[in-house]
Parts: sequence; structure tokens; C-alpha cells
Amino acid sequence: MKSLARKTLVSTGSRSFASTVTLNIPEFELHRLDKSQMPKQATTNKDELMSYFKRMSVMRRTEIVADNLYKSKMIRGFCHLYDGQEAIAEGMEAALTYEDAIITAYRDHCQAICRGDTPYRVLAEMVQKRTGSSAGKGGSMHYYNSKNNFYGGNGIVGAQLPVGTGLAFALKYQGKPNVAVSMYGDGAANQGQLYEAANMAALWKLPMIYVCENNLYGMGTSNERASHNTKFYTRGDLIPGFKIDGQNILVVREAMRWAKEYCVKGNGPLFIEFITYRYHGHSMSDPGITYRTREEINEVRAKRDPIEIVRKLLLENSWAQESELKDIEKKIRADIDADVEKLKLDPEPNAEDLYSHVGIGKHYIRGVEYKLSQLDY
Amino acid sequence: MQQDMENFDFSDKLNVKELKLKNPQNLQKMNLCATIADALDIALKTDPSSVIFGEDVKFGGVFRCTQGLNEKYGTDRVFNTPLSEQGIAGFAIGLASSGANAIAEIQFADYIFPAFDQIVNEAAKYRYRSGNEFDCGKLTFRSPSGAVGHGALYHSQSPEAYFAHTPGLITVVPRSPVQAKGLLLSSIRNNNPVLFFEPKILYRIAEEEVPVEDYEIPLMKAEVLKEGTDLTIISWGTQLRQVRMAVAMAEKEFDVSCEIIDLRTIFPYDEETVLQSVKKTGKCIVTHEAPISGGFGAELAAKIQEKCFLHLEAPVRRVCGYDTPFPLVFETFYLPDRFKILEAIKETVKY
Repeated sequence: MKSLARKTLVSTGSRSFASTVTLNIPEFELHRLDKSQMPKQATTNKDELMSYFKRMSVMRRTEIVADNLYKSKMIRGFCHLYDGQEAIAEGMEAALTYEDAIITAYRDHCQAICRGDTPYRVLAEMVQKRTGSSAGKGGSMHYYNSKNNFYGGNGIVGAQLPVGTGLAFALKYQGKPNVAVSMYGDGAANQGQLYEAANMAALWKLPMIYVCENNLYGMGTSNERASHNTKFYTRGDLIPGFKIDGQNILVVREAMRWAKEYCVKGNGPLFIEFITYRYHGHSMSDPGITYRTREEINEVRAKRDPIEIVRKLLLENSWAQESELKDIEKKIRADIDADVEKLKLDPEPNAEDLYSHVGIGKHYIRGVEYKLSQLDY
Repeated sequence: MQQDMENFDFSDKLNVKELKLKNPQNLQKMNLCATIADALDIALKTDPSSVIFGEDVKFGGVFRCTQGLNEKYGTDRVFNTPLSEQGIAGFAIGLASSGANAIAEIQFADYIFPAFDQIVNEAAKYRYRSGNEFDCGKLTFRSPSGAVGHGALYHSQSPEAYFAHTPGLITVVPRSPVQAKGLLLSSIRNNNPVLFFEPKILYRIAEEEVPVEDYEIPLMKAEVLKEGTDLTIISWGTQLRQVRMAVAMAEKEFDVSCEIIDLRTIFPYDEETVLQSVKKTGKCIVTHEAPISGGFGAELAAKIQEKCFLHLEAPVRRVCGYDTPFPLVFETFYLPDRFKILEAIKETVKY
């Protein structure tokens, strides 16, 4: 990477042989923070952008496949798709390490991928296979990765926020130079437990980042109809915060990088609001077009799509040919399609998985048949 | 589960007497979801102080049980709240205690726990702790509960026992559209805070001829769905469908006559009907979807052994969910289905 950072060039339009490019970051909207300390530019290179492009395309494809599997009734129940918001998951990860803890809500497939899971395991979990990320026992809302400090998805709106605060406390207690990140949506911003947790985080100066992914609608209600103060980054009261575009991965990355540094220094918690958009409805039972227009969705797709932004940068800098990127997408598509064909044949969890992991110690549970009863879990 | 139910006739004979119907001929075919909407419509029409609110209820709610009400009664009376269950509950209590008929929706019963403190500590005790100076009796919480076929951990729970443990609250679970309409109207008009848990799997599949008029079904009154002589089976909500299927199999397969009781109001429940039946039959099974330990079946079993001890010819048997979180892929194994009930009938009768 070092060798690539030789030459820096501000975007001018003609830069076919530059190895890096530097972009200006739009101005942050700030709450109790000083403009002068905020990052103003983001520098990137071909390798970085290619890796972002690939991973975000994997996320996008995974969600589209999940949508199809849902429609073909392979996935049942509750399923919330992330497409449109990929730059936040990927941009955060670009600024953090796996030593930093992340916990999120139920729109969690892509966070799982970012934290080191594979589309295979993620999709297998959704179709309730034993090969899934949570051994088929959790489903769409429940991915975890203890090795990479991903504390999971959570089915109850807002419940992850105090838990994340506990993670931050542990990091501080252990003297680690890391942060905990609790992600939530603009809908969850009205849950009281956020403010209970934030108070503690501020009181004890915890390395805690509350990341609000503001996709403008909490389920079917737009945020100005649900929130008196829609400046979510200001809602920590005395806790500083900022708002910034969540569609451009480079902006997200720089913002997170800055935030981590700020929190690790012992300044206490921070509120971040990323402005984003979900292409799908809230969940699979929401067509997503009763409370917003198709035009609105199409406009975001055309102008603010996180993957298209990266594609454009790659093409503009002549770091990739259009056909090359298309081929990458085709390959991802083929790989995931092959995954799906394979995982369809995977076994479902065993009968004893029903009783296992309820707790530890002996716990007798009568099975469907006596011989299936479990004495040892 | 759904397919099993579709092939079985669960229709009840219309209890004209209990419903005190004026026009028992004026019926309309409706599913459970539509009857809830119909009851809410009547509640809004007949009581100008009644208001309905909850997450996305303005557009009909996630299950469409409030469809069309906003257009009819306006946003002053049918409105959306933020995603804030504790806030919804606290707000509802304040609204009800100042005289409005507050009908709050918690989108899924699994989401009621953030509101647990407000319901259990505030709503339930308001009248008692103020020496009857204040109450929030005009409060009703509606919430879809129970298994739905694929809901997994957070969209399937049946939390009635938690609330049945709290004096001051009335907990109601209807089994059918006709029952739902009458019980919901009673709940809304009852002068105590009521939790009304709607079995969400029945929203679409439970369909029957429902009286068009405004009628009520008394709370705290169980119903004997089928008379029998050898064994009493007590249940509520969706689970009664499993009971009926099991009883049909049992009565066909071997010579046994089962009495089925729909508890309807979980707490305070109709002790008289329950005890009378068990004294008659001498044997009893209680069955519910919620986990077995500490479920409301435990309370019934304890009461029955206390009051019917000398009448009992077999231990009171519970057929319930396992003591596990509500599972995703294992839902069909977890649920106390008709085969588990059939096994219990066999064993209890032969005891």
C-alpha cells in the first residue's frame, strides 16, 4: 500500500496515470464539535476501491438473492434487506479493525459479511440450514461472530444500544485502544433505552459510537412524522455528534476513522448520523412504495447509489474498464448462485438442536418422542 | 400447521343468547383481521372519546387490522406513534386516566417487554395506589401474539402468563372472529386495563359468519365449547384448534368423551366453569403455546388440584411449549400440536 501513496492528486478530470486520488468531503453538520478538527479530504487508490466495489457488490447480490429466496418461500418469516445502505457497513469496516466491537439491529446481513462471514453462511442461516452462521437457529435477524467482535443482530428495536454501551465499558475497563459501535435506525432513535445508555456512556466517558443509519423512514413512517427533533446527531444532548452522507464509502470511512480516534482518546461517546436509503421496504411484508414514491427510490438509485459512486471513481480514474467491473459482478452472481444451489441441499438442524444452548447445565426437556428427550443440555 | 387447520371445520354455533343479538340473521363472512377492524370501527363510532394509536396504525398497521379507520375518523383519533413501546404504554395510561378511551396497539406481543414496566407497575396499580382517585380502566392494549408458522424468536411469543401474574390487569385471548369482535368490544368498554392478545396466525385463516351488529361477550367468563364426560381440556386462542382436532381423533379412535373449555379471559379467569367441569369429569389437561414452566397452565393445575383433589382420577396434565426460546426451524416440534394432545388424552384416560 505504501508504494501506492506516492502521488496525490485532487480531482480535476484528467488523471489516468495517478495512483491515488483525493476527494473533498462535504461539510459535516456538527453538534458541539469544531469544524476545524473534522476531516476534509479522503484519499484512495485503485486497490482500495476495487476491494470496496467487490465487497459491496457481494452484499448487494446477497440481498437480491435473499429477496428471491424469500419470494420462492425458501426463506420464511421476517427478513430485512440492506441494499442501498452498503457504504455504511463497508465504510465503517474500512476505518475499524475486528478488535473494535459492533452490534446492530435486525438489518444485519451485510454487517455479518463485513465482519468476516460468507454469503454462503449468511444465506444458509436465512433458509434455516445447519451450515448457517448461527447453525440455522437464529434466522435473518441473528448473525454473530465472536472471533471478530460482531455481537450480532437484534430483533427488538433499540435493544442493542444499551448492550453496545456495555461493550464499550468492557473495552475501557480492559484498557484496549478500541471502540464499540451500536448501530440503529432513525426509527429506533425514539426508544428510551438509547438515552438511558447514552447517559451512562457520557458519565463514564466510554469509547462508544452510536451510529444512526438514517434511511428516512422508520418502518412506514417518515422521520419528520415520528421524531420531533430529526437532527438525530444532536439528540445526545451534551454528547457531541455529526451528520454526514452515508452513501459515499470514502466519506463514511473518514468520518469513522475520525470518530474512532476521538473516542479512543477518552473523550467519551459520540453520535453519528449517516444519511442513507433502503431500496427495499422495511421488511418483506412492506412493498416500500405506499409511503414513498417510486421516483424517490429511482432518484437515489441514479444519483446516490453507493456501488455506482465507487464504479464511477474507478472508471473516471481509468483504474478499471467497464467490462472488467461487469465481469466481477457476473462472477459474484455466479458464485452466489452456486452457493444457493449447494446450500439448498444442506441439512437442517438436528432434533437435539431444539433443546441445546438454552442454558448450560442439565436441563431436562421432554422431546417429541421420549427417546429424543434431552438430558444433558 | 396452517394446512392442517384449513381442512378442519372449526365453526361454532352462534351463541345468540350469550351475544344478546338483536339481528342474529344479519351476518357477514369475515376473517379475524376484519372483525378486529369492525370492532374498532364500532368502538370509534359509539364512543367519541375513543382513540387508536400505535406503530403505523394510520395505514392499517402491519397486519392491516386498522385499515380504513384513519380515513373514516381522521388523524386526531387514529394516528401513528414513534417506535417507542414504553412511550406508547405510558402515553396510553395518561390518556386513559384523563378520561379518553385509549386503544393502543403494540405491533407484536414480543415487543411488549419494553413497555412491561408501564403496564405492570403503572397501569395495573393506578387505581389501587390512588385509593380509587385515578384509574386507567379505559385502556386497552391490542397485540398480535402466538405462533405464525415462521416467526422465530421475536415474532411468535405468547406472553399472557406474564400479565396474568399481575392483579389489576385483565388478559384476554380470543379464538375466533365472532369471539374476537365481542371480546374486544367488551375489553374496550371494560373499566379496567385490558391486554387483548390476538392470535396472529388466525388473522387470515379464521373466517366465519360474524354478526354485523354491535355486541359484547362478557369478560372473565369461560365457555364450554363442547360438553363431555370423561376428560376436561382447557385452552385458549389458536391452541383450541389443536385441541379440537385432537379430540376429534380421540373420540373417533377410542371411546372417550371430552369436554373442551375456552378460558377466553386468562386472568382473572372463570374458576367456577373450570372447577365444575373438572369435578364432573375427574380428569383434566391444560394446553397452551407458551413454555410449560410457569405458564398459565401451572396456575390452573395448582388450583384444580387444590379445589378438586378428591374428584381427580388422574394427575392434571399440561401439554405446552418446551422450555426453550421460541425456535425458528423447530416451530412444529416446539408447538404442543394435536398429536401431543392426543397422547396426553390417551395417557390421562388410561391412568
